[in-house]
Amino acid sequence: MSYIPTTDADRAAMLRVIGVETVEELFGDVPEAVRYPEVKLPRRLSEPEALRELREISEYNVDLDHAPCFLGAGAYRHFVPSVVGHVIGRSEFYTAYTPYQPEISQGTLQIIFEYQSMICALTGMDAANASHYDGATALAEALVMAVSASRGKRRKVVMSAGVHPEYRAVVRTYTQGAEITVAGDQDGVSEVGALAEMVDADAACVIVQNPDFLGYLESPSALRALADTVHAAGALLVVSADPIALGLIAPPGDYGADIVCGEGQALGGGLSFGGPYLGYFACVTKYLHKMAGRIVGQTVDRHGDRGFVLTLSAREQHIRREKASSNICSNEALMALAAAVYMTALGKSGLRKVAELCYHKAHYAANRLSALPGYELLSERPFFKEFPLRCPRPVSEINEYLLDEWGIVGGYDLERNYPHMANTMLVCVTEMNSKEEIDLLVEALSSMEEGA
Amino acid sequence: MKEPLVYEISSPGRIGVNLPECDVEEAPLPQEFLRKHLALPEVSEVDLIRHYTRLSQLNHGVDKGFYPLGSCTMKYNPKVNEDVARLPGFVHTHPYQASRTVQGNLFLMYHLQEFLKEISGFSAVSLQPAAGAHGELAGVLMIRAYHESRGDHRRTRMLIPDSAHGTNPASTTMAGYETIKIVSDARGNVSLDDLHAHCDDTVAGMMLTNPNTLGLFDEYVLDIARMIHECGGLLYGDGANLNAIMGIVKPEQLGFDVMHFNLHKTFSTPHGGGGPGAGPVGASENLAPFLPGPIVVIERVDEVSEADEAWDEEGYCYQLRMPESSIGRLKAFYGNFGVCLKAYTYIRMLGATGLRQVSEHAVLNANYLLNRLKDVYPLPYDRTCMHEFVLSGTLPGAPGVHTVDIAKRLMDFGFHPPTVYFPLIVPEALMIEPTETESKETLDAFADALIQIAREAREDPELLTTAPHVTPVARLDEVGAARTPVLHCLKD
Repeated sequence: MSYIPTTDADRAAMLRVIGVETVEELFGDVPEAVRYPEVKLPRRLSEPEALRELREISEYNVDLDHAPCFLGAGAYRHFVPSVVGHVIGRSEFYTAYTPYQPEISQGTLQIIFEYQSMICALTGMDAANASHYDGATALAEALVMAVSASRGKRRKVVMSAGVHPEYRAVVRTYTQGAEITVAGDQDGVSEVGALAEMVDADAACVIVQNPDFLGYLESPSALRALADTVHAAGALLVVSADPIALGLIAPPGDYGADIVCGEGQALGGGLSFGGPYLGYFACVTKYLHKMAGRIVGQTVDRHGDRGFVLTLSAREQHIRREKASSNICSNEALMALAAAVYMTALGKSGLRKVAELCYHKAHYAANRLSALPGYELLSERPFFKEFPLRCPRPVSEINEYLLDEWGIVGGYDLERNYPHMANTMLVCVTEMNSKEEIDLLVEALSSMEEGA
Repeated sequence: MKEPLVYEISSPGRIGVNLPECDVEEAPLPQEFLRKHLALPEVSEVDLIRHYTRLSQLNHGVDKGFYPLGSCTMKYNPKVNEDVARLPGFVHTHPYQASRTVQGNLFLMYHLQEFLKEISGFSAVSLQPAAGAHGELAGVLMIRAYHESRGDHRRTRMLIPDSAHGTNPASTTMAGYETIKIVSDARGNVSLDDLHAHCDDTVAGMMLTNPNTLGLFDEYVLDIARMIHECGGLLYGDGANLNAIMGIVKPEQLGFDVMHFNLHKTFSTPHGGGGPGAGPVGASENLAPFLPGPIVVIERVDEVSEADEAWDEEGYCYQLRMPESSIGRLKAFYGNFGVCLKAYTYIRMLGATGLRQVSEHAVLNANYLLNRLKDVYPLPYDRTCMHEFVLSGTLPGAPGVHTVDIAKRLMDFGFHPPTVYFPLIVPEALMIEPTETESKETLDAFADALIQIAREAREDPELLTTAPHVTPVARLDEVGAARTPVLHCLKD
């Protein structure tokens, strides 16, 4: 057995020390009637056989290294600098666990502290935790936190229909056992003024996504007005934001957000078929003690030297049990490390540049695509790297043609979530899409219409 | 020499990556939307690599040395898993690609679901949850949905033993239930008397970890399951300790109705400094319709719309589907796929025989260590243990020494300390889980260190109370950190 180093001689010596004859005797507490069941699994593989099998399985996928991709909708293809993989591939990082023992975990702890600093910088918040499972669960925990900030007195959450459909589904899963009403999104309310009108004395928070699921940007002044209304009613403003967009657009802290969270996969994470991703989470100081998850703080050791520790753990499940702010324990620490390395590599100017590249290329694509006969933009609203495109035929039909005839992975079919958006494609363009790829998409779509 | 903060090595104008120029005509930026200032560091690539490399060297990890952190199953994880998880055909797939273009991913998820069903005995598995606690939330919500579906609204209480992980009561609260604590008996089992006193028609279920956090297999598990079922409740299994019982017993056959797996513990994903993990849930037949989704199902080609979606020659293809009465989505997309890849590979390489050997050696190693230490450290429950055991750090003749001092002193010997002060029912607890991947020599070196530390505790207690002595930093002021939180290093 390759991963078990125990030899026959070791086993005999160990059993002698224990005072039993066989390993089986150690399982005497297991009810005999159900002990040693038959377990039917396929024949075990050697290492080369396993590698071959897994590589073969992977080859049944169409991978996006070999296909121009215009699919986003919450999972984004951004450039991941080589340094990211090399740093998170250091086993001193990835074979450690939660840094409960700070004296031998300063590497992990200091990086989390730096990560928290960078997330605060990006969002304009005062404090960040060291991760949730993904953008959806971070948002669900944000609203639980908002309800808790009202000491459970406010039980209504106003959520924009512009929030990612799967995030809204996760919010409903998380709240199904709690008496919390989620309003707004199911009636299609996404306009800032309409959301503001729904805020009353029972509202714990208002949740918006910016840029929203359709890629549209809301202006900081409109969001500031929303924040003022929300605060005047005693509620919180929660903003879910694409961190790449925050390289360019105003941080939610500028317009009065209380909690900012979102999907951090774009910060140095791969697509990986949807996980593991990274829920980033930050808030203003006022609500710090209601925040879930691991938080690292700076301190000193007994010689007065700087060091870092997990802190404010009186919020957490291992201390507070049923009174904890959340049940979260294992999180996505390694993805937070990847995000920290990514933000360090890009830095102040690089993140801005990536965001600008996305913006310019998406607008180039929008201009060219909307010039095709039968194609038009759904609206003239400002957008970041995604935009809804009205098409002359069902998106599923177009995408099949694009993949089979041109090897292109097309955009997201909005009809999946919005029945009134038939024939509308959510096109995503990032810095990974070259001008040639965009031109190829335009050529493919125009030849499809010519052939039709 | 301490490592400076990344902000302290920043210098205006530097960048750590070479980005492309814009190859399209630039669009006008919406000025009123833009940010004025972005306080990210500016660091060159070489400085970046040195910063993170030096930081890595301040960490202890499984690849560096023994890590007997109880309840966390810090086993050595085969490197082939890492290679598999980086195969481009997996990494570069988008969760919204058409199913016919990700049949490889769906095949793998389907078969991992099948493997976990076979190992646990459950009827169905969902890979959705991203961690053990996330799986717990799923399980409690499923129990709730089950009772609600039967119009049974009286059940509002979840019974939880006093030895349970803190995540159990926390998950119960999130699902809107009240936690009722059940005490343990003198042998470390659930007290049947206390359980009996609490079993009534307000009980939604019980969350049981077996083996429990004392590392003991509950001698009355079948009675517990019967009592819970007789009062109309359901039995939740915390699968944190599955590493002890693979091939030894299937949890479903012990009477569990729903259970989460910690793929990162049992099925070998390195713990990443705190994650990612994965917490799939398995359910018996009556709870299977409530599983979180989507899950992967196998369908005949003639049952799906596009005939060309077939993947194998016999005309089957894999599809994502929501279970019939699903509690819904627990996260965006389909679970932590990257972690599932590693678990699949691990199970394929071990097979049924190998998994049983894993559990047998995890239990053998724990009992060996227990027997080497039990005459030196108080053992509150003197029984054959499973994959872990709990000692007490209250050493005779060393009144000023606490478990924290023993833990810190262990670092000077190059070992990660055990889990400390948990479970809560053992004073000064030291919870030790060696795992199956450690050699007898490593176990002996660890036992020798703990025995020497016990001697030092009596002869030179200050050596312990001032420990650690050879680590990158000395003992840190955790109280001070919480009193005046400094949570970032931004200037304004």
